Amino acid sequence: MGLRSRLGRARDAWSSHLATVRASEVVDERTWQDLGDALLLADIGVATAEELLADVRQRVGRDGVDDVDGVLGTLKAVLVDRLGGADRSLAVGGTPSVWLFVGVNGVGKTTTIGKLGAREAAAGRRVVFAAGDTFRAAAADQLAMWADRAGAPVVRGAEGADPGSVVFDAVEYAAARGADIVLADTAGRVHTKSNLMDELAKVRRVAEKGSGTVSETLLVIDATTGQNGLVQARQFAEAADVTGIVLTKLDGSARGGIVVAVQEDLGIPVKLVGVGEGADDLVEFDPVDFVDVLFATDVVA
Amino acid sequence: MFESLSSRFEGVLKRVRGKGRLGPDDVEEFLGELRVALLEADAHLSVVRTFQDRIRERAVGIEASGALNPGQQVVKIVLEELTGVLGGETHRLTYAPKPPTVVLLAGLQGSGKTTTAAKLARWFKAQGRNPMLIGADLQRPAAVEQLRTLAGRIDVPVFSEATDPVSVARAGLAEARSLGRDVVICDTAGRLAIDDDLMAEVAEVAAVLEPHHTLLVIDAMIGQDAVNTAEAFHARLDLDAVVLTKLDGDARGGAALSVKEVVGRPIVFASTGEALEDFEPFHPDRLASRILGMGDVETLIEKAEESFEQAEAEAAAKRLMDGTFTLDDFLDQLKALRKMGPISNIMGMVPGMAQQMKGVDTEVDERRIDRIEGIIHSMTPGERTDPDVIDGSRRARIAAGSGTQPNEINQLVRQFREMRKMMKQMGGKGRGGGASGGRSSGGRGRKGRKSSAGRTTAPGPVPIDKKKGLSLPGLGDGPGGFPNGLDLPGGGLPDGP
Repeated sequence: MGLRSRLGRARDAWSSHLATVRASEVVDERTWQDLGDALLLADIGVATAEELLADVRQRVGRDGVDDVDGVLGTLKAVLVDRLGGADRSLAVGGTPSVWLFVGVNGVGKTTTIGKLGAREAAAGRRVVFAAGDTFRAAAADQLAMWADRAGAPVVRGAEGADPGSVVFDAVEYAAARGADIVLADTAGRVHTKSNLMDELAKVRRVAEKGSGTVSETLLVIDATTGQNGLVQARQFAEAADVTGIVLTKLDGSARGGIVVAVQEDLGIPVKLVGVGEGADDLVEFDPVDFVDVLFATDVVA
Repeated sequence: MFESLSSRFEGVLKRVRGKGRLGPDDVEEFLGELRVALLEADAHLSVVRTFQDRIRERAVGIEASGALNPGQQVVKIVLEELTGVLGGETHRLTYAPKPPTVVLLAGLQGSGKTTTAAKLARWFKAQGRNPMLIGADLQRPAAVEQLRTLAGRIDVPVFSEATDPVSVARAGLAEARSLGRDVVICDTAGRLAIDDDLMAEVAEVAAVLEPHHTLLVIDAMIGQDAVNTAEAFHARLDLDAVVLTKLDGDARGGAALSVKEVVGRPIVFASTGEALEDFEPFHPDRLASRILGMGDVETLIEKAEESFEQAEAEAAAKRLMDGTFTLDDFLDQLKALRKMGPISNIMGMVPGMAQQMKGVDTEVDERRIDRIEGIIHSMTPGERTDPDVIDGSRRARIAAGSGTQPNEINQLVRQFREMRKMMKQMGGKGRGGGASGGRSSGGRGRKGRKSSAGRTTAPGPVPIDKKKGLSLPGLGDGPGGFPNGLDLPGGGLPDGP
C-alpha cells in the first residue's frame, strides 16, 4: 500500500490551509506568503522554505505561470526534484549484513526494527534481532516481543551490558546460522552527549569486527521533530555514518518536513516511513507520494 | 545553521547604535530577525505572529534610557516578554484533601511518559509521599515491564494487569486506596491526537480516575505540530499542566511557547536527562534565554548595563596585581557578592556546587560576612589601605567598634595579607593557575552563561568578572580557592564568639 493512501486522514489540516491559497484568483504577495506559511507549518524550516520559494518564483517567471494552481504545481515539482534521484533501497552486502538503527530517545527505533524484521522475514530473508539497547529498562523485552511476532531469534545481553558486545554476538550468531540480516537496535541518545555518541561509533565499529558488514545505518526521526532534526542528523551522521532516514509517526498530524532539509543539507535520503503501530505499518518513501500527500486537497478524512 | 538571536540582532544593533529612539523601520527589522529566531526554535507560526505584535507595541518609539541604547532595550523587552509568557501563573502540585492524589500522564508516542511517571514518583517520594504507579500502557510491548523496572529502582509499587487501560485504571485506583498510598501516578499509552478511538479511551481512563492533575508530556524537540497535539489533548482531557522532556539535548524548545499560548497551561516540570533524578521544576527564564539562543542575549544586556562597573573592577584587579589591593577593595567585592543574593542561592547556581554545599550551614556564613563587613567598616581609611599599621590599641578600637573580638581582627588581617602576597606573586609571574577563584562566586552569571572568568585553567592574569568585579578569592574549595585564603564558607574565618 502506498504512502498516500495510508495517510489520508491526517491531511485535512494541511489541506484546509492550502485551500485558502487556492481560493484566491490571482497570484500576489499574499499567495506567496500563504505558501511560505504552509511550508513552515510542515516544519520545513525558514531557510529551506525561502530557498524553495525562490526557486519556485524563478521557474514561475520563466514559464509564465500566472495562476495559483500552476504555482502550487511548480512548488510540488520543485520539491519532488529536490527529493528525487536518491537511492532508497536497503543495501545488503555482508554475511550477514548489519542494519544498525540509531536516533534520539523515543523516536521509534525498536518499533521500526520490529516492523522491518517482520517484513524481511515475510519476504523470505533470515533475520536476527540484536537487542543493542541495553540501557532503557525493558527495551530488550520489547524487541523480543517483536522478534517473536516475526518468528526471528533475538540476541540480547543483560541490562547495562556493553551494547557493542551484544551486537557483535548477534552478528556471530547470525553468521554461524547463515542468516542474511542482523537488525541491530541501539539505545536512544541525545546527540549532544559526546560520550554516548562515541559509544555509538564504537558499536558500529564492533559490528564489523567479525563476520558482518554494516550495510545500512538508519537514523530514525520522528515526524513531529522540529528544526532540531537537522542538528540530530548531522551529529549522528558524523558519529555513525548514516546511510538513510526512517521517518516515523507520519500517520499523525505532523508532516515531517525537516527531512527535506536533511536531504538537502546532508544528502541523506529517507528510505522508510512509519505510519502506525502495526507490523505492516512501514512503507517505502516515495518523493512524489510524500509531496503529493503534503499538498493534497482531495484527500480529506 | 542556527544563529543565536544576538548575532542576528548584531546588524540591527549596529545600525541603531547612535540613535536616540527607534523608528518603525528599525523595529520591523528587529521583528523580522525575531521571527526567524523563534521559528528556528520551533515556536508555532501563529504564536510567533502574536509575539511579534506584542513586541511591536512596546518597542516603537522606545528611547535610550540609562546604560541601554534603544536597540538593547528591545532585546531586553523580548526576553522579558518571553519569560512572561512562559512563566506567568504557576501550577502547584497540590494534594487532594482526601488521598490519594491522582496524577494522569498523557502524550504522543515517545514523548517520555513512562520515564516521567517514574521520575514523578521519585519526586513525590522525596516530598515524603507514598506514591504508587499504574501501568495503563498496554499498547507498547513491554511498556509495563519498563515501568516496573524503573519503579523497582526507587522502590515504588506498580499496579497493572493484562485487561484494558480503563479496567487497569479502575483496579489500580482501588488498589492504591486499599494500600493506603497517598499519590497515584497513571502512565498511559502514547497516542496520536488524531486517533479518535485512542483519544476517547484516554478520556475514559480520566473519567475513571478523576485525576487531580492531568499532565501532558511533551518532547522539547517537537516542531509545529505541538499546537495540534496540545489542543487535541486539552480538548479531551482538560489539561492542568505540561511536562517538558528531553531538555538535555540542544533543541531550543520553542514548542513550549506554543503549548503555553494555545492551552494556557503552565509547564511544571522539565526533564533534563535519562537518570530518574534528572527532573526538576520548570524555570521559565532559563527556557526563555534558550529559545533565543542560550544565555548570550542576557550577556549582551548585562555587558551594557555593567560597563561602568567593569572599569571599576579592572582598576581593582590592577591593584590586586600590584599588591596594592586594599581592604576597601575587598569590602567592595563582598558587597558585590551579596548583591547577588544569599550565599546559599549563589552556591546553588554554580554547577557542582549545590552538591558540595549540602549540609553546610550557609546562614552562619552570612553572619561571618556580616562580621567581616563590620570589622572593615570600623577601620580608618588608612588602616584599610595598609592594615599593617594596626597595633594593639587600634585593634581594641576596631573590635569595640564592630562588636567583635581582637583576635578576629588579627585573623582577618593575617589572611588578607597572605592573600595579597599570593595575588602579587601570581600577577608578577603572569600565570593564573589558581587565580580564578571566581569559579565559585561571581565567575558565572546567574544563568550559568559562558564567561571568560570562572575557568580554572585559563593562564594569565586574574580574570575579572565583568558583572561582579573581582571574585572573592577562595570562596569554596574549588581548584580556584586560595590555600589559607579567606575561605568562605568552609572555615578559616574568624569564628564568632
